[in-house]
Amino acid sequence: MMHNGDVIHYDVLIVATGCNIAPEEVSGMNGPEWHKSVFDFYTFEGALALRNKLREWEGGKLVVHITEMPIKCPVAPLEFAFLSDSYFKHKNMREKVEITYVTPLSGAFTKPKATEALSHLLTEKNITQVNDFGIKTVDNANKKIIDYEGREVPFDLLVTVPTNKGDALMERSGLGDDLNYIPTHKATLQLVKYPDIFVLGDATNIPASKAGSVTHFDAEILTENILRHIQGEPLKEEFDGHANCFVETGNGKALLIDFNYTHEPVEGTFPFPGVGPLRLLKETRMNHMGKLAFKWIYWNMLLKGTHIPFVSTAMQTEGKHF
Amino acid sequence: MEKMIAGKNIQVNEEGYLTDFSQWDKSVAHEIAHHEGIGELTPHHWKIIDYLQDQHKQEIPLSIRKIGKSGVVDIEQFYSLFPQGPLKKATKIAGIPKPASCI
Repeated sequence: MMHNGDVIHYDVLIVATGCNIAPEEVSGMNGPEWHKSVFDFYTFEGALALRNKLREWEGGKLVVHITEMPIKCPVAPLEFAFLSDSYFKHKNMREKVEITYVTPLSGAFTKPKATEALSHLLTEKNITQVNDFGIKTVDNANKKIIDYEGREVPFDLLVTVPTNKGDALMERSGLGDDLNYIPTHKATLQLVKYPDIFVLGDATNIPASKAGSVTHFDAEILTENILRHIQGEPLKEEFDGHANCFVETGNGKALLIDFNYTHEPVEGTFPFPGVGPLRLLKETRMNHMGKLAFKWIYWNMLLKGTHIPFVSTAMQTEGKHF
Repeated sequence: MEKMIAGKNIQVNEEGYLTDFSQWDKSVAHEIAHHEGIGELTPHHWKIIDYLQDQHKQEIPLSIRKIGKSGVVDIEQFYSLFPQGPLKKATKIAGIPKPASCI
């Protein structure tokens, strides 16, 4: 039902309402310092305000923080930390900036091998890591974040990823869980409760990254499954949680990770096993070039729904060192 | 891999989480709790452990937020009962897998 009372009937419904930041979930987060010294970068206003702040900022304690998982693109805050290091180096003021990476996880990433590689990079770039931080409040007056165990991390500039939630529409519809994500079959993308509804992308509760690449691979399976559903055929349980992300690490280099529900990111070559030219979980110049090329692919192929050559919907295990 | 817990050979993964819940019992929970620095398990600890096991049985994904809203324990108490990573520690003691903080 629409706002104006119009009712639209459906035979099959595809929900792709995404997720958004919800800074109001943490006490003090969108307080007086919001977009003054406390910033998000997942909204246009937040990103713009942060850009302007960074241009004039003279240094101090920069804290990059994740509130709770899951979040849109789990590597984005890491990239922000890496790129900050590079940005301040280029501005010849790196020594005036103390960078701290604060996460609710027990390490830099959710999977062990990538955590090891990414932690190593954080250390190399002189970024301090604070793990297992369950934030309770943002103290605006004293500029510090405090966790449930009383640990405090002071900041001059806090760049935070607030709690992410599905659309409020899901709460009103009674479809969502406590974060407004819709319980979805993780391999077929069909709604658990109502078989005529399918869910795509960040709106689901599937245990995969809330990332564009996941949605892309989702979509390929979704189309097939909806056609099968209409014809009354059994659905294919084929979505494997495939995600593929470039991690920009600054100074013209990047890392690439490729993984799914069951296989964590490991070292190897991509997309051609044994050849590359991209290297998985290694910081290289070529990966950065790959990211730049991907920009073109994104706008000209992905958004048009063109299949990306050599990259399969299901993750391939060849060329990876498990 | 196998680990000797409370006098029994228990199947655990590399992080020490039980891989076969049927091997879990209260003595296993007590020993893991000691090992994790939790000390004696009080009735409140047990209420939380029961709740976690029940949620796991129903295949409901666990999060600190959800537990805070469950009425079993609030987030602050949860942290004080299972300090330093309450969800990680409580699930290990409960003999269920470490919650996949989805990525």
